[in-house]
This record gives sequence, C-alpha cells and structure tokens, in this order.
Amino acid sequence: MGMTITEKILARAAGKKQVTAGDLIDANIDVVMCHDVTTPPAISMLKEKGINRVFDAEKIVVTPDHFQPAKDIKSAELHKRLDMWAKEKKIKYYYPLGKAGVCHALLPEQGHIRPGEVIVGGDSHTCTYGAFGAFSTGIGSTDLAAAIATGQLWFKVPQSIKFVLNGSLGKGVYSKDVILAVIARIGTDGALYKAMEFVGDTLKEMTMEARMTITNMAIEAGGKNGIMPFDEITKAYLDEHLTNKKEYTVFESDGDAEYCQTEVFDCSKLEPMVAKPHLPSGGVRVGEIQGLAMNQSYIGSCTNGRIEDLRIAAEILKGKTVKIRTLIVPATPVIWKMAKDEGLFDIFYDAGCVISAPTCGACLGGFMGILASGEKCISTTNRNFVGRMGSPESEVYLSSPATAAASAIEGKIADPRKYM
Amino acid sequence: MARAHVYKRDHINTDEIIPARYLNTDNETELATHCLEDLDANFIKSAKSGDIVVAGDDFGCGSSREHAVWAIRGAKIGTIIAKTFARIFYRNAIDCGYYLIESTDAIDKINDGDEVEIDYNNGLIKNLSTDEDISFKPLPDFAVEIIKDGGLLEHIKKAMK
Repeated sequence: MGMTITEKILARAAGKKQVTAGDLIDANIDVVMCHDVTTPPAISMLKEKGINRVFDAEKIVVTPDHFQPAKDIKSAELHKRLDMWAKEKKIKYYYPLGKAGVCHALLPEQGHIRPGEVIVGGDSHTCTYGAFGAFSTGIGSTDLAAAIATGQLWFKVPQSIKFVLNGSLGKGVYSKDVILAVIARIGTDGALYKAMEFVGDTLKEMTMEARMTITNMAIEAGGKNGIMPFDEITKAYLDEHLTNKKEYTVFESDGDAEYCQTEVFDCSKLEPMVAKPHLPSGGVRVGEIQGLAMNQSYIGSCTNGRIEDLRIAAEILKGKTVKIRTLIVPATPVIWKMAKDEGLFDIFYDAGCVISAPTCGACLGGFMGILASGEKCISTTNRNFVGRMGSPESEVYLSSPATAAASAIEGKIADPRKYM
Repeated sequence: MARAHVYKRDHINTDEIIPARYLNTDNETELATHCLEDLDANFIKSAKSGDIVVAGDDFGCGSSREHAVWAIRGAKIGTIIAKTFARIFYRNAIDCGYYLIESTDAIDKINDGDEVEIDYNNGLIKNLSTDEDISFKPLPDFAVEIIKDGGLLEHIKKAMK
C-alpha cells in the first residue's frame, strides 16, 4: 500500500519504513516555533517541573508577534520572560523587536522551513508551513514545553483528504477565495483530525505566498495539517530564502496512497468570497453581500500580510480615498521595508490608510484596530468568531486583500473586480 | 454531584472560551474569571466547583491557546461533555491531565440544570435528575496514562527516570 506525503514525512520522523493512518508514533521534531503568548507559560512549566534542558538551541525559532510591540504591562512581562529565556538558552534564531514579525510569515521568509521536515509551533496556524511539503501543526503550551525539552512528540498519523484544485483563477479571485470556498463546502470541522492535501493545476499558477494563504487556514476546517506537493515554484522560493541549512528531502504521495475523501474544485468558476460572521465557513460570493456597510478594513496577518497581499491592495487603492478606517499591517520588517521601497506606503498614505508595525495586532483582538460594539470589519485575517477582533457585539467579514481594499474605498463590502 | 450547564451549540470556540484580550496573562485564577465569557457572561457567576458543561460538535475549535483549558480548569469545572472536540483543544486537555468526555447522546439527554454524576472508569454519565444512564467510550489507555501521571510533563519526567 502506498503512502501519502503526510504519512511519508511522519514515517521518516519516527524512524519507520511505513506508517498507516491511525498509528501512534513518536516523531522527531525538526523545528519548534515559539511566540509571546504560548511560549512563556511553556517556559514556566518546564522551570516548575525542574526540566532545564533545551533539545537543540538551533532548532527553536523565537519571535514575539501577538502583542508586540508590547501593548500593555502584562504583555511586556510576557515579552520579558520570552526574552530572558531565549538569551539564557542561547536560542540561535531569536527575532526580538526590530527583527520580529508575524511568525508564519517570518519563518519561511527567514529560511526556517524546509520540505520533508516536521515543524510544530505554539500557534494553531502553524499549519501554514505545509505549503512547502512539510508536516506542520499547531500545539498548545504543554506540548510546546515537551517539544522544547525533548525534541519529540507523539502523533496519531492522520487520514488524508485530497483537495483537487483545477482551473485558472479569474480576475479578482485569489488563493484566499479558494480556501474560503473550501471551508464553506466542508465546514469548520470538515477536516477534523485530518490532513488536508491540496493538489491540482491551480496551484501551478500560485506563488508560495498565495499557497501559504491556503495551508494557513487548514485549521479553520479543523485540519491537523495542510500540505502541498513540492515543485519548481517551491524550489525557487527555497533557493532564495534558505540560508543556514540548505539540504532537504522531498516527499510525494504515491499513486496508490489512501484518501478518506476527495473534493474537487473547478477554481475557474470561483468568485471573490466573503465569510460572514461568526464562522470561517460562512463564505458567500461577494455579490450576495456587497453593499453591506463596514466600519473598518484590516489588511494584514499570517493569512494575508505578505508583500504580494500588500501589492494587490495597493493596486486597488492607488489614487483612491478610503471611506472607512483602514489598517495596513505588513507581517514582517522585511515586508515593511519592501512595501516602503516599492512606494506602496505612499499609495496607502494618500488613500488615507494607516500603516502599522509588524504584529498580529487586531487579528486576534489584541490591539491596533479593535472594534467597538456594533461595528463591522472586512478583514484579510482567518477567523470571524464572536469577539475575535474586539467587542463581542462586533462582526468580522473575511476576504482577500483585493476585496478588503475595494470595500475600504466604498465603505461597504465591494466587488474588487470593478477596480481592475 | 455536579450541575450541568448545557449549551446546544456547535463550534464553541477558543475565543468564546477565553477571549484573546485576556491572553496577556497565563495566571489560571485570573483566566478563570473570564471562562466562557463571550459565550455566556453569566456562566462564571453561576458555575460552582465540580459543575460540568455540555455542548455539541467541535468544542474548542480555533486557537491552540492552552489558556482555554486553564480557564476551564481554573473555574473548577469538572469536565466538558461534547459530541466532538476540536483536535488541539482535546490534546491540550490530555496534556494538562484534564479528562474530557465525548458523547453523542449527552446533549439530548441532559437538560440545563440537571444533576449528574460521572463514573470515569466504567464510562458512565448518570443523570440523577432524569434517572437515566448515558454511556461513553473512555479515553484510550495512553491518554489515561498521561492523565493519571498528572499531565504530559510529569509523564515525560517519569519516562526520563
């Protein structure tokens, strides 16, 4: 019996020739991602249990992102704990303020993500890195503590669902619209415990940045991981970004690998999507909801805060003026600098947007754009749960950067295609 | 004896269990004061030590924040019974040594305010208010081992010895 790419990576990590969905394995971890919310508790737990060791100071990547720059005294204390620990343990890849960025944009950009590896992080959107043909999943603080100390975690090998994405995307339709359509079809628990394997010719027309938007939201369908095959586009990105360890192993699914379900999408028929509150599965075509008045537009996050996203937004905002509060949040300092050097900041400034430092910020209701009761926000982020971006009486509508930019111009949900 | 707080809702998510505006602390006692706040602001006022929560599918979906489990544990909630749990939340609970119960029937057989008793060893929820027994499949052995050891880190420490 053949294996899926997920099974092959987990087999390799467990030192086994073959694994099957349902097997319990102990996997060696290649990279552990740590940020400011879930890592300080993990550090405290280890200290409390008298476990002082770090399995490998070169395989742990640390960046504050959720509440950075520190939004209040309590978050400053979290940052202090993270900073003292990272220095004490001589963590080689520590990105403090100035270098810090939204983790899931930062790690690939800085060359920490390689195909075939097992990556865990104390953040649910760690599934992002699967776009590179890696097994990558989010964990809580206790698992994080265990991974930091031992470099190992137990996993149940997941079943895989195959998502076949066919056809070229139309004008104004992006990878965000694809993943919103996928989640709208299968629901927020449609892939519970399962690997979401994305294949098909639509991917061939997507950059790594666009692909990461898809795997990023695998968790919003309940998935354990999202994963994509390696190709020349993956290779080109890695050639540019890998600096320290450059070798990696490429795995691909066998022709006779077993899938518990297959979902086929004709992506050429997709339209811009908006996920209505209060679940990411609330996706509808923009035409069904256009005209709904918004109070804010938010363009950023680990889902859509990369340079390509900012370029798409700038293209639409160029020469226009926004009617509502509009926040642009470049996900990393490198993206921030690129946007500045390319003149995107001028476009945003002229349009009346505000540009923030890299941060997770308001995506999770932290700071930098919190919503008051009764307010509505069109957002390029990943979740629209009750109270996600502020007041429990506020509402979040998820979309692509293009739709968020077009909606900013009109002050209501708008179809981006008319600005193209 | 425990009182049941029943929420006939699917997808009760981590933002409802513990909103991110409170994630600037990992103090369990403090987190507990906001437990389930955005789902039901009255919950924490009415919940007593040992009470249980009953819900539908996909409980705990969303973020990987273990703060969700800590808030519930800190509020001294005995357990959560749901039709299904989201993966990371479920795993976090086991890691914390906190026993969750998966039951497809409980949501229909337990009313808000019912008194229940739970027999973990035999996989039985006794609804004392309706005099009905609801069986559930106990956690797999390896998870029970972790819980018995007091959580994953204690479990690992034991293995290290």
